[in-house]
Amino acid sequence: MALRGNLRDFTITQLLNLINLARKTGTLVVDGPSDTAHLAFRDGKLAYAQIGKTVTGLAVILHNANKLSSGQYKAIQQRASNISDKELGLLLINAGYLTKEDILTQLQLYFAGIVHRLFTWVEGSFHFENEMLPPDDRISVRLDLENLIIEGSRQLREWEQLQDEIPSLDMALKFTDRPGVNLRNVNLSVEEWRVVSYINPKNTIKQIANATKMNDLEIRRIVYGLLQAGLVEICRPEGASPAPQVRVFPTEDRDEQKSLVNRLISRIRSL
Amino acid sequence: MQTVKMVVTGPFSAGKTEFIRSVSEIDVVSTERKISTAAEKAVKEATTVAMDFGRITVDDDLVLYLFGTPGQKRFDFMWEILSEGMLGFIVMVDSTRPETFREARSILETFRAYAPTPYVVAANKQDKKDAWDPEDMRHVLRLDSKVKFLPCIATEKSSVKSILLELLYSILAEMERGEK
Ligand SMILES: Nc1nc2c(ncn2[C@@H]2O[C@H](COP(=O)(O)OP(=O)(O)OP(=O)(O)O)[C@@H](O)[C@H]2O)c(=O)[nH]1
Ligand SMILES: [Mg+2]
Repeated sequence: MALRGNLRDFTITQLLNLINLARKTGTLVVDGPSDTAHLAFRDGKLAYAQIGKTVTGLAVILHNANKLSSGQYKAIQQRASNISDKELGLLLINAGYLTKEDILTQLQLYFAGIVHRLFTWVEGSFHFENEMLPPDDRISVRLDLENLIIEGSRQLREWEQLQDEIPSLDMALKFTDRPGVNLRNVNLSVEEWRVVSYINPKNTIKQIANATKMNDLEIRRIVYGLLQAGLVEICRPEGASPAPQVRVFPTEDRDEQKSLVNRLISRIRSL
Repeated sequence: MQTVKMVVTGPFSAGKTEFIRSVSEIDVVSTERKISTAAEKAVKEATTVAMDFGRITVDDDLVLYLFGTPGQKRFDFMWEILSEGMLGFIVMVDSTRPETFREARSILETFRAYAPTPYVVAANKQDKKDAWDPEDMRHVLRLDSKVKFLPCIATEKSSVKSILLELLYSILAEMERGEK
């Protein structure tokens, strides 16, 4: 079903978050004001990225990253301009110029750079194509999205949106028990680590802010990043005296309360 | 006569009034107004300004009241008042309007902070062809797998019934947990 919308309502970071959590495979197509971007994913990991129509070939990427000398680059342009990236990659590995890891690392950096450029897009529409995969002749990578999501979240500055995301600082935080997330593999800033060290269902966000000497905006921004990356979730503070209990049931008696709920259930069933 | 209440909340035009209308035995007492701003008018004609109010009589001495909150932010001073003493709440989300998902999440967090009562979230308007897949919405709304997130068509009574029942099952489960 439809996975489409507008960048004004969904940031690129939020989309990456969705793709990461849902472990999606397919291509996110973003139509910006002047260019179209394609980000391809496999099982929730970035496989390939491209902005605009012209494809930047492997030779150019490696040359720009100083992994190929100008001489090598020229030679490739002259003698091997018609071969695919995959073939070129094999050639370079077999010739002993580069290792497979060198090539994959450079591509990852290049694709991550494209995602960084996308973070600055605020206008545009997007849609996700389940069937669309990177072109066959291109080399694809498997880049975890968590770090990109954290980096993207750091750029969210708008107070109003942060207020929406985290309306109450009286709630607490706990680590998600989502399998596959390992805090050690995520590049947290010093500030983020400080907050992380206080995460515990007993501490409200406000208390964490006090302990780390952060103002409302700073703490919201950091909590937002951690939420986006799926590392933590909001919960009610443990051990806090429950909110002054307004009368919910017309009776104090436990059994009567239960009977009342059961009566409600039968009545609704009979509607 | 004993009374209990549930609250139906969610962003502007999510289908709160429709939801209550589908099961209430009285005509829903709606405080609807014709919409003034052009942007909102593009979505619909009338909006709830204070609350909706529906009723289901259970038996001779028990009545369930359903309160719908106004969806527009400028009436959110009503939320806390309406949420007082609720047995549980339902957050409605319009599956066809991704631009409202962020607000839905914010409303959910706000209500969660008011009271530790059980709740369910409804992915409404699933009959429309541009509706988002509930699984995608679950991630965007950041609902963990323990939260009941149910597909819904507020115009269909059977769908509304099943959502109310799921909420009641959660309330019962919560009571049983509390006893241990
Ligand atoms: N197709 C379809 N339309 C629906 C559904 N639920 C609600 N609608 C329509 O969506 C529009 C908005 O529904 P309302 O019930 O007025 O929404 P609301 O949440 O009360 O809106 P506010 O009070 O303005 O915040 C109305 O035109 C409804 O008829 C549904 O499940 N399917
Ligand atoms: Mg209404």
